[in-house]
Amino acid sequence: MTAFPCKPVVLVALALLAGVAVAQAQSTVADGRKLAFDRGKGNCLTCHVIKGGDLPGSIGPELKDLKAKYPDRSELTAIIFDETKRNPQTMMPPFGRNRILTEQEIGAIVDFLQTL
Amino acid sequence: MRTRAALLLGSLSAALVAFALTSPRVVAADKIDPVADAKAFQNFFFQKFPNVKHEDFVNGPYSMNADMKRQWQEKEEFPPYEFALDAGKEMFATPFKNGKTYADCFPNGGIGIRQDYPYFDTKEGKVVTLELALNRCRAANGEAPYSYVKDEMASLTAYMAFTSRGKLMDIEIPDDPRALEAFENGKRYFYTRRGQMNFSCASCHVQSPGERIRAEILAPALGILNAMPIYRSEWSGMGTISRRFVTCNSQTRAVPLEPQSDEYRDVEYFLSYVANGLPIAGPGARP
Repeated sequence: MTAFPCKPVVLVALALLAGVAVAQAQSTVADGRKLAFDRGKGNCLTCHVIKGGDLPGSIGPELKDLKAKYPDRSELTAIIFDETKRNPQTMMPPFGRNRILTEQEIGAIVDFLQTL
Repeated sequence: MRTRAALLLGSLSAALVAFALTSPRVVAADKIDPVADAKAFQNFFFQKFPNVKHEDFVNGPYSMNADMKRQWQEKEEFPPYEFALDAGKEMFATPFKNGKTYADCFPNGGIGIRQDYPYFDTKEGKVVTLELALNRCRAANGEAPYSYVKDEMASLTAYMAFTSRGKLMDIEIPDDPRALEAFENGKRYFYTRRGQMNFSCASCHVQSPGERIRAEILAPALGILNAMPIYRSEWSGMGTISRRFVTCNSQTRAVPLEPQSDEYRDVEYFLSYVANGLPIAGPGARP
């Protein structure tokens, strides 16, 4: 009996939380997309074909099906952080190691890349 | 005594033979060999782009893309560097306050000599570029130096390049350890990664020529200086070799050096030497 009146409150709270989480995920995807296209920041488009981006570069591989290619997001994060660790010859700048992007920004870009 | 000496000599020569047998690679790698380097450098590009005529590499991105080449050829009918060329010609003919001219500072009156620059000055023990020689000429005649990156310097070098068009790059490396070291130093700078983006000159211009960064096409390093100076649309104006080096550094978020610093002079020496045999095409036009 004592728990009964609380139930709707819990439900409402849960629904609110879920809503916030979805909104947050959407906003990081949007942020990530912005960073990926921004010349001063991620600038992924300079070297990679990305759906929705005009005049892409051709140095790196097209960014698509990344969730299938890298089911573990930490792998994608590591590539953006410092791809020279895996491939010393890579052209890809070490965005994390050289502080071009913050950890949070890299996270947002990974969120965006996983939607491609 | 004699046997001991013979033994010593024997073991010494055995050691030498062993050394010679085991380490020829090491010895070869340690030796600075510009002739072999230039051959390997050129072959790399010739093999990577078998359809590009060798003399066409000096046209940079246009050698890599047919569409761009056509647009450029149309543009060449009214080339954007023309005003600089005309200005340079006039400046070149105008006497300094002391009555002398640029022609007095250069072999052959400065005409048709672009392909011989930069050269190694054995007296100074350093590389002397054309831009440097022009400002030294001014200083020697009591004139203030010009900025190395554009304007008058670009006009003068445009004219001097124009009178040398078609002549083959002909850089010499004299038998002087300092000249070899300058070449090697330039090569080292060219291949060393630097700056926030972690690019070397070679990342873009050896690893990725012909590839696009957004709408731009990366130029091959082979012959990249033969078309200097250039009118660059991105700059809305002319730029010298110095300007090219400085902007390459700053665009990759590395710290640019002073124009005509020793390292830039050495890079120019290296890049020009490995382009030996390719024609002078300056002044050029680039997007």
